[in-house]
Amino acid sequence: MTWDWQVFLTDDGSGRTYLEWMLEAWRWTLAVAGCAWVVAMLVGAVVGTVRTLTDSPWLVRLGNAWVELFRNIPLLVQIFLWYFVVPKMFPAFQQVPGFVLVVVALGFFTSARIAEQFRAGIQALPRGQRHAALAMGFTTAQSYRYVLLPMACRIILPPLTSESMNLLKNSSVAFAVSIAELTMFAMQAQEETSRGMEIYLAVTLLYAASAFAVNRVFALIERRLRVPGFIAADTGGGH
Amino acid sequence: MLGLDLSFFDLEMLRKFVLNGLVFSVQLTVVATLGGVVVGTLLALMRLSGQRWLMAPATVYVNGMRSVPLVMVILWFYLLIPFLIGKPIGAEMSAVITFIAFEAAYFSEIMRAGIQSIPRGQVFAGQALGMTYAQNMRLIILPQAFRNMLPVLLTQTIILFQDTSLVYAIGAYDLLKGFANAGKIYGRIEEAYLLAAVVYFVICFALSWGVKRLQARIAIVR
Repeated sequence: MTWDWQVFLTDDGSGRTYLEWMLEAWRWTLAVAGCAWVVAMLVGAVVGTVRTLTDSPWLVRLGNAWVELFRNIPLLVQIFLWYFVVPKMFPAFQQVPGFVLVVVALGFFTSARIAEQFRAGIQALPRGQRHAALAMGFTTAQSYRYVLLPMACRIILPPLTSESMNLLKNSSVAFAVSIAELTMFAMQAQEETSRGMEIYLAVTLLYAASAFAVNRVFALIERRLRVPGFIAADTGGGH
Repeated sequence: MLGLDLSFFDLEMLRKFVLNGLVFSVQLTVVATLGGVVVGTLLALMRLSGQRWLMAPATVYVNGMRSVPLVMVILWFYLLIPFLIGKPIGAEMSAVITFIAFEAAYFSEIMRAGIQSIPRGQVFAGQALGMTYAQNMRLIILPQAFRNMLPVLLTQTIILFQDTSLVYAIGAYDLLKGFANAGKIYGRIEEAYLLAAVVYFVICFALSWGVKRLQARIAIVR
């Protein structure tokens, strides 16, 4: 077979080239993943923290239920739930654009995983830290705000990095409800041009490059936030 | 109830639409797990071999697979396999090959961690007994690595079972597709997706509960 990269410069029938379409699709991918990331981090941090509040068993149970619910249903099915089932059950959601529903679906799905990391990170801290904070006269909220969470967040940066990269990759599932992101572009452009190899290769590289960028940003954050004397010092990824 | 009508849900519907899909999803999961573990173990052994010409390709393969979304891998294989073998291949067969190849990358990382968790002394003891590399791996290292990694392997299998729903991208007939088709025929798409979610949840929740039990038992033995 021969390569035909000219395909990216041909018109897709609506006055833009396939290259322009692909870059726009890339922006959609980044928008879906970025918005869902914010949702996932906020909800995941709250749910994960709540699950360590042993004084409030009902909150712990609620947090556990949240994690089990969103972890045991495939992402594609969750996207269908938010896109088809929720608007049918609650008509108020019919006004909500599809983009928002997908962001919520992907965000909540990932929040269960991030909550699990937060819980593990907080529980990994020596118990003395919590006791010391309470002995200093901190309230529970203060001990979390000033003692536990700052350390736990640093501990869980590596797993958060891979969860964030997973989220970016998982955003591809949004194709199923016709969000105009990269995978959707790949399928449609392949259909229209029959130049599947070139299209898929370009899309695959964009995904890999985006995931790599996420990885580098987190590595930078990890270096910046390092507390001297704590947590294995060399985070440069050296082997 | 909240504008939903579940009256189409009965044994007849399950038998006609869902059963075939469920069987395929389970088959796909089992075959991909077994194939993925075998290929993944080979990849892990390549990466731990210390030989450059074995390590480099395995590393590129594993990292490459892990940096691309599964949906794209499914699409790639569906495009590439007919191109390579010169004749069209069914969506189901394509899905099986894709999942073995894709999951092998993830299983290889698990097996690599498992092999590395075995103390060096075990390797030396095997060598001291005069075992070849193959004997050492087969009789000493891998059985222990599998045992240590069993909970993680099973958790990955549950994730794999959830991921099989992504064969939606190439239209293979799996559990989700079974419900979707039933929903279309009966004109109850929303209800069908809700039922699919319930079924997936029950299966995955039960499996992960089982893994948790197993993990606790293994921990006590150790």
